[in-house]
Amino acid sequence: MTGKTLESKLAILSDAAKYDASCASSGSTKRDSRDGKGLGSNEGTGICHAYAPDGRCISLLKILMTNFCIYDCAYCINRVSSNVPRARFSVDEVVRLTIDFYRRNYIEGLFLSSGVIRSPDATMSDMVQIVRKLREEENFRGYIHLKTIPDAAPELIEEAGRLADRLSINVELPTDASMETFASEKNPGQIRRAMADVRLRKEAASDTTHTGRKAARFAPAGQSTQMIVGADGSNDAAILGESTRLYSSYQLKRVYYSAFSPIPDSSSRLPLVSPPLVREHRLYQADWLLRFYGFDLEEIVSGARGGNLDLELDPKLAWALLHREMFPVDINRAERELLLRVPGFGVKTVNRILSTRRYRTIRYEDVVRMGGSMKKAGPFVTAQGWSPGGLIDTAQLRSRFLPPPQQLSLL
Amino acid sequence: MRHITLPDTGTAAAWREAARSCLKEGLSPADILWGSEASERSLFDDQPVSGAAPVKMTVPRSFVSLAETVCWHRDADRFARLYAFLWRLKDAPHLIADRGDRELAHLRSMEKSVHRCQHKMKAFVRFREIGERDAARRSFAAWFEPTHHTVEPTADFFARRFADMDWRIVTPEKTAIFLDGRLSFAPGQPKPDLPDDAGEALWLTYFRSIFNPARLKVQAMTSEMPKKYWKNLPEAATIPDLIANAPARARAMAEAAPTLPPVRAEKARQQLAAHMSAWEGPKEALPAAIHDCTRCPLHRTATQAVPGVGPHDAALMIVGEQPGDQEDLAGLPFVGPAGQLFDRVAEAAGLRRQEAFVTNAVKHFKFTPRGKRRLHQRPNSGEIEHCRWWLDAERALVKPKLILALGATAAEALTGSGVNILRRRGTVEQLADGTPVLLAVHPSFLLRLPDPAERERQTALFEADLRCAMEMVAALVAPTTAAALAEPR
Repeated sequence: MTGKTLESKLAILSDAAKYDASCASSGSTKRDSRDGKGLGSNEGTGICHAYAPDGRCISLLKILMTNFCIYDCAYCINRVSSNVPRARFSVDEVVRLTIDFYRRNYIEGLFLSSGVIRSPDATMSDMVQIVRKLREEENFRGYIHLKTIPDAAPELIEEAGRLADRLSINVELPTDASMETFASEKNPGQIRRAMADVRLRKEAASDTTHTGRKAARFAPAGQSTQMIVGADGSNDAAILGESTRLYSSYQLKRVYYSAFSPIPDSSSRLPLVSPPLVREHRLYQADWLLRFYGFDLEEIVSGARGGNLDLELDPKLAWALLHREMFPVDINRAERELLLRVPGFGVKTVNRILSTRRYRTIRYEDVVRMGGSMKKAGPFVTAQGWSPGGLIDTAQLRSRFLPPPQQLSLL
Repeated sequence: MRHITLPDTGTAAAWREAARSCLKEGLSPADILWGSEASERSLFDDQPVSGAAPVKMTVPRSFVSLAETVCWHRDADRFARLYAFLWRLKDAPHLIADRGDRELAHLRSMEKSVHRCQHKMKAFVRFREIGERDAARRSFAAWFEPTHHTVEPTADFFARRFADMDWRIVTPEKTAIFLDGRLSFAPGQPKPDLPDDAGEALWLTYFRSIFNPARLKVQAMTSEMPKKYWKNLPEAATIPDLIANAPARARAMAEAAPTLPPVRAEKARQQLAAHMSAWEGPKEALPAAIHDCTRCPLHRTATQAVPGVGPHDAALMIVGEQPGDQEDLAGLPFVGPAGQLFDRVAEAAGLRRQEAFVTNAVKHFKFTPRGKRRLHQRPNSGEIEHCRWWLDAERALVKPKLILALGATAAEALTGSGVNILRRRGTVEQLADGTPVLLAVHPSFLLRLPDPAERERQTALFEADLRCAMEMVAALVAPTTAAALAEPR
């Protein structure tokens, strides 16, 4: 508002934006400014320019255009019933901040989100105006991630997708019922339709036109979404079920899980405990197993107690301990799918094993050099010169992997 | 011993050139002493050596890129290690893919640390503005201390990114200068005294505000932003304070009593209510009501309900099974592969789809996710039963003269039985209210037939069914029109 300096606005509007976990700047089209007519480049891989003490990377200038909002979502710092200080950036201020930060090599680009003011269309059109100015007047070629407002007009979404690298809409909560409880003004059906619309537009843009010309790129880095973990009562099975649906239905690049953390001036309806960071970590691990390791949702959640993942062990190890009949696996013979299921082996390690064993037999020490964690994998594999013996069948196998027990404090 | 001195600039290319000529002479690794400009010469240098037979070999492409990176490593033995491994490759070219080999593992780990150093340089170089902000070409400078000799191989990244400004990156051993679009290198310098930069204060404000004190994970930060870089990162100065105050800030948030909403909140709520769309007539409201349907669990996984489309006074109503992947995304019936096949056959049969009311027996897409795809699943009787409520509403709205039921699900929803479609196709059954239903197969059945001859036969039958539907509609509509015309005014 009037009277606030740029610095105090930045403080308010970045503080309000920090609950968005996404900070990816990878996977877009390759481009640079070698021609001297613009600023910025994108090389496909993201760069994290700094890390905050919360362990999250800072890759993009993550700000809200405004934190005024007409919605009253219980989990959100910017909900209309909260008493946090409010501010609003002008178009020029966001453009100036982005360019000045970028030139000093602080950031990869801009992540612009916003509270909804006046109407969804009015908000979206202001955001698009900022991005248009960055791209067309400043010739900015860095990365831009734009949060889209679900019920904004189609032509605004179209322009947003043409200008930005990535679009995202947060589903926020894993079930429609908890959306109804905590964010009753938001319509989960509308959010899904908006994601479907982005997917269709992106697919349409990847076709060539009837003249054989390539259509204008639409959100080349795809779309992503975020789910808050621990605000409602949903268990991990429900969360992962929802994310597999989202991945398969809308071809999302990423589903981010954000442990619900206390916010300033929070609503009395939500648990004010410290955020479930381990649970968030386990969900990411499970998400990776589903997408890159050939695991099925059913396999991961079937061993889970009460539908929640084991917090003490990573999901792959927990799965392996429940399926010992499949182990030990012979590193020199097992097929790729099976090697990927060995705890302690990542995709890279498995690829290295496969390329090396074409020429010779692999020994225990070789796997260590290839980056495999034999501390974890040991009981589950055989290699030349290594056999776990009866280790796989011992009752104490689980306790080998648990963190050491801790003495409770006396006071 | 052959002493080969490599220059500090253009090192990688020079090594490659030198290695190539050594191979040509057949020099084994033991015959060569590799050194850089800084290294001292030893007693046995320049003793003439002669190699064995010249080596002719094809160097694997991945070794070339490995060498190009490892040459920038800090270790003095990097050139010798590379040549020794190259020498082994001549007899065993597959070694380049042997990730268990001790020497290759060492080279790969050197490569990894150079890549990491390059990556951190791209991330952690911090420019300060040294020229005027309004100048046509702005100019910036940075001081950086890389772990390896990474200034030269990384400078091009900055040239690609910051081509419309002048910049220089000063390091203890080399300076990269980009002036008027030309990149050059100069010897290193001690840390220059760069002027204060107002942009830096904003950056510190941003760094402080984006930090969430409720989730302190210091180790996650230091593993990616090691402390050795902190002295040249302006924001790192704020870290100790942020860490120290975090627990208190988190506690304060948890303990703060809930507050009353501001006065503004009520106004905003009224504003929001005005945006909500209102119901109008029953006809127009039907699609919206279908959209909001939660009668069965399918609504939780589907994107949206897909109501029927078409003129509300259509004589023909076409009922399919359920929306598919594409229909679910687009919100329109019959736009996916089956719909396209239907359109082709319908065109051949002379059926104009836009004159019919097209809908589905079940309005939500039922599927199981499989990787990145959604596999269609047939709706069960319970779901068909729930959704018949909507189908009945659409029938009451359109009042069709004839209904064309495509496939078992549509047949079940309309007639109560979905069995033996292949035997029942082409026949007409009566609904309770007297509306005739013509049964046909679903076009997706045709898509799934593996045998081309069988597919052709069934497609022909399907086309005949559509023709039959056209004739029936014409016959059902004609008498009334004829009667209307014949009636005296």
